[in-house]
Amino acid sequence: MTDFLNALTLLGNFLIIPGLTYGSQLALGALGVTLVYGVLRFSNFGHGETMAFGAMVTILVTWGLQSLGISIQPLPTALLAIPVGIAVTVLLTLLIDRFVYRYHRERKANPVIFLIVSIGVMFFLGGLIRFIIGPGDQIFFDGTRFILKAREFKQMTGLDEGLSLKMTQAVTIITAVMIVAAMFWFLNHTRTGKSMRAYSDNENLALLSGINPDRVVMITWILVAALATIAGTLYGLDKSFKPFVYMQLLLPIFASAIVGGVGNPIGAIAGGYVIAFSELILTFAYKKVVLYLGPESMEIESLVQFLGTDYKIAVSFIILVIVLIIKPTGLFSGKTI
Amino acid sequence: MPAFYQQYRNQILFSVMAGLLVLVAIMQSLSVSLTILNLCLISAIMALGVNIQWGYAGLFNVGVMGFAALGGLAGVLISMPPVSEAWQAGGLGILLGLLITVGTVVACLFAWTRISHLKKQRYWIIAAIIICGYALLRIFFDPGVDAIEAIDPSVTGYLGGLGLPILVAWPVGALFAAGVAFVIGKIALGLRSDYLAIATLGISEIIIFFIKNEEWLTRGVKNVNGLPRPVPYEIDLQQAQWFQEWAITLGMPVDDASAVFVKICYALLFIAVIGILLWLSETALKSPWGRMMRAIRDNETAAAAMGKDVTWQHLRVFVLGSAVIGLAGAMLTTLDGQFTPVGYNPLRFTFLIWVMVIIGGSGNNWGAVLGGFFIWFFWIEAEPIGLWLIETLTSGMDPQSAVRAHLLEGAAHMRLMTVGIILLLTLRYAPEGLIPEKKRL
Repeated sequence: MTDFLNALTLLGNFLIIPGLTYGSQLALGALGVTLVYGVLRFSNFGHGETMAFGAMVTILVTWGLQSLGISIQPLPTALLAIPVGIAVTVLLTLLIDRFVYRYHRERKANPVIFLIVSIGVMFFLGGLIRFIIGPGDQIFFDGTRFILKAREFKQMTGLDEGLSLKMTQAVTIITAVMIVAAMFWFLNHTRTGKSMRAYSDNENLALLSGINPDRVVMITWILVAALATIAGTLYGLDKSFKPFVYMQLLLPIFASAIVGGVGNPIGAIAGGYVIAFSELILTFAYKKVVLYLGPESMEIESLVQFLGTDYKIAVSFIILVIVLIIKPTGLFSGKTI
Repeated sequence: MPAFYQQYRNQILFSVMAGLLVLVAIMQSLSVSLTILNLCLISAIMALGVNIQWGYAGLFNVGVMGFAALGGLAGVLISMPPVSEAWQAGGLGILLGLLITVGTVVACLFAWTRISHLKKQRYWIIAAIIICGYALLRIFFDPGVDAIEAIDPSVTGYLGGLGLPILVAWPVGALFAAGVAFVIGKIALGLRSDYLAIATLGISEIIIFFIKNEEWLTRGVKNVNGLPRPVPYEIDLQQAQWFQEWAITLGMPVDDASAVFVKICYALLFIAVIGILLWLSETALKSPWGRMMRAIRDNETAAAAMGKDVTWQHLRVFVLGSAVIGLAGAMLTTLDGQFTPVGYNPLRFTFLIWVMVIIGGSGNNWGAVLGGFFIWFFWIEAEPIGLWLIETLTSGMDPQSAVRAHLLEGAAHMRLMTVGIILLLTLRYAPEGLIPEKKRL
């Protein structure tokens, strides 16, 4: 029985909690991609850099607050800085929309053109971020590191394996749940949210019923900027902030959005967790779990791992390919919000 | 003047480019200018490949880096001498692994066609076959890999290549890239256009991870150095009697003359390749096939209604374009004389090539070539220019000030921003590029 509990704790510590955290970050990112796709109808390659930009502003504000001695112990100060980060990022996305996307939207350009334009935006933002904060690693986490320490858990339960819960993990999961709930409430119960869904569902019909397209586009960018800033900051708090990492996040985020069904918010969230857990399940070394569950005298040499940790990125791609082959519309097929 | 420019636009633009290269030759040195020229030629070939996909068919490939890396891999696998101890130690395991992989794929395809009447179950059956195949693969493959990587890791630690002349690697690189493009195209073409972009983005990342991690095949981050050359070595030239006399008649030091001679040899090889490719592409564009491709690009529905198989034609053109990129990748490793997996980054190998095509003029082969030349030239020269610009702008500031130091440090990232801004401006104000596609009636 203890062996079983030990194995379970081991999985909880290294698989379930990290999976939930990473999944929440991906879900928030994918939600932003899916919103742009649903309303503006293109795949936004600039989303990763928008996340990085939001996180960068938050970091700068956090440093400012820290130097003033303001903190909200035991929570990280960055949470206090997020609203400013969101405000600046909203301003940035609205400016970009005004000067870059609007022109192509008015000409009803092909979605592929939008895609290329978004790549241009990605470079611009990438350069801007590296210019302001540099390409290096930034640590901006403060506050209490652990809510539950592995040692305390061992003493409490008397098990050999410890279960630890980092502050960043708890913050990520709770924030993600709150944001997602607020998002759905907004989309389903407010007039603006409903007009967005109508616009995404059928543009012409929405225009006929008097919905102002410019307003819908503006609200979309505001939501996207907020989601991106929160996702970027949470990711940076949990791992660390490195500008190039956000570009590599683009693939798992797109995979999440497509697996769930592009343009479908529920799908984006489900997709985020599917991708996160698949990555961890396939690259986790099960050696100790097997040792706990197997017979006493069992000995194994290998790590019992499906794929090397280096191939994490391949997992999201494999899942993407499987979905494209079997069900190209995604798990929750849908193209509207 | 505008009419004159319209009539002789290509000649003028290419002369400007030649003038810039001559200027570098005079101001810096002939050797630097030739180095830029060689890389310009390779960039132009990559741009031609992208133009075949984008300009002819409107396919958006964000995986140029992966296909170029496959071409580079071909350079190693074809030209390096085989490591016989590694083959003895782990060759059997690797071969068995390959056999099992092929067997699993064949079994999957066979099962897929045979059990099409089982609706849901067949996914589970296929999954079971793949899992069994993968488990078998790991049992035979892993010990082989360990054995190979253990053999003299600082010098070899990999299987080596076939020891053939490196020129053979060029078509083989094209074949590698074409093979991967076929699989990707099969999956992603025929779906929405963004899926191809995302799928190619993914596969190119995975190819790079594969090349970095599978040391038994590529030595990974340890790099493969000293690839054989298709042209003479400088050291041999310097010792040859005829070359020394020739250098004296030119009035150049023998060292410089040998470096220049080698670069000219490369340039001639590359020009030959680019000439053949341009001739082929232009002929194809004028042929009925080119007409059909343009028809498909401009109106897929109409072309499909005329009985053209759009997805199949897209697949063909995607494979062709990727093959050209693979060829260019192999040529690049040949020129470098080494294979460095860490050197592949998406900015330099994917997006820069895209900027070349869009600025040069999508749909026009000459435009793609010109774009390759121009953009590569400025990519190389932008860093000194940017640094100079920032230094001049901040020269009034206190040399110790933190702002100035920060700005100077950030100058390196200006390239990224400039590429983005140039791309956005071109798409908005000159979407046709420098040499627009010919209007055909």
